[in-house]
Amino acid sequence: MSSYFTLIGFGPTGWGWQLVAATLMTLAVSAAAFVTGAVFGVLGAWAKLSGGRAVRGAADAYTTVLRGIPDLLVIYLFYFGGSALMTSIGKMMGSQGFLGLNGFLVGMLAIGTVSGAYQTEVMRAAFLAIPRGEIEAARAVGMGRALMLRRIIAPRALRFALPGLGNVWQQVLKESALISVTGMLELVRQIHLAAGSSRLPFDFYATGAALFLLLTTLTGLLFRGAEQRTQRHERQG
Amino acid sequence: MDFTFLSDTIARLLPAIPTTLALAGTSVAIGMVLALLLALLRLSSRVAAIVVRLYVFVFRGSPLLVQIFLIYYGLGQFAAVRDSWLWPFLRKPWWCAVLALALNTAAYGSEIIRGGLTSVPLGSIEAGRAAGMSRFTLYRRIILPLALRQALPAYGSEIIIMVKSTSIASIITLMELTGVARQIVSESFRAVEVFLCAGLIYLAINFLLTRAVSLLERSLNPHLRGANT
Repeated sequence: MSSYFTLIGFGPTGWGWQLVAATLMTLAVSAAAFVTGAVFGVLGAWAKLSGGRAVRGAADAYTTVLRGIPDLLVIYLFYFGGSALMTSIGKMMGSQGFLGLNGFLVGMLAIGTVSGAYQTEVMRAAFLAIPRGEIEAARAVGMGRALMLRRIIAPRALRFALPGLGNVWQQVLKESALISVTGMLELVRQIHLAAGSSRLPFDFYATGAALFLLLTTLTGLLFRGAEQRTQRHERQG
Repeated sequence: MDFTFLSDTIARLLPAIPTTLALAGTSVAIGMVLALLLALLRLSSRVAAIVVRLYVFVFRGSPLLVQIFLIYYGLGQFAAVRDSWLWPFLRKPWWCAVLALALNTAAYGSEIIRGGLTSVPLGSIEAGRAAGMSRFTLYRRIILPLALRQALPAYGSEIIIMVKSTSIASIITLMELTGVARQIVSESFRAVEVFLCAGLIYLAINFLLTRAVSLLERSLNPHLRGANT
């Protein structure tokens, strides 16, 4: 047992600092992907709620396709597709050979695109949950569209969206493990390397699972706190 | 658009569909039995409930990829496992993937089934008891059918998530749809076309599954249908 703690500790032979850095990297790429997904989600929800026929159709296709194919496939598509695109651009600019893409960027865009499909549905449902009377009241006092969005629609929709967004965040955090296929040094990749070089795969994969549990639990608490804050004016049963 | 390449790719991907379906089917079947057991355990006693909650917490809070690695690479670390009768199975990527997928879906499934079980109206259970049903008959005739009806839509989404999750098995060298697609890419270097073809096949499978689940839902809810539809 003591040898295990030396192994994952911060001593000269321990993997402690690498694990901390990799955990932070997982958190960073997940957060970037979640924010990217939120942008897609807002656009998608807006398209579904108030777009014309073509825009609505495009948004429907986006959510149906991205929720129907494996996330790993989306990551491969972005990784290899992006690299192919970069290589052909490079050829035009006169450089030779294969140009790889940054793993962080690929992960952020790929997982962001997938989570955007889920966030579209969450945000659409949240907007529809706002009582119509509140929007009518805002119109009645003469609010403009921007003011109404800022003061009434955004805060109210956030309250209804937060539980769903919390679920999407957990999903993003776990999907970020798949970015390791691009070779980016996040938690799973680091664990994989450490498991190989130490020849103690079980110890390291179990540690990786524990670190993910820590991340999902702590951020879950944050979302719970935020949910309670947006509901603080409501009567509790 | 190079249609001969696209149709060749589809033709090479089609034989991998049975592997993907078998992987999803086996793990969903094992996972469903486990999920029902876990849900019943969780509702039975205090101690059992704590153990089941811990199980669900661990398997829902960590990525499936790490769980697959833990089983495929991790278990071989122990000599006891390597010497046991299980080793011929646990050496194989197929059984490791099935085990990880089944344990994973059991955690999600048990929560769905628990939701279904607790939604059975108390009055129906009391009526069953009043009619003199034994515990087993009560479960078979009243509780499980009502719970199944309640849980079906959520379980349908879980099955679709499982079909998508099988693609992760390609990382431990299993040649299912995604694995074969990667192989074609490594020969042809035409990633976008190949992965789009694979995506199309996954979409078709999931579309058919969604239809099947909604048909089943319809046949389980005859009382919700209008008189003339």
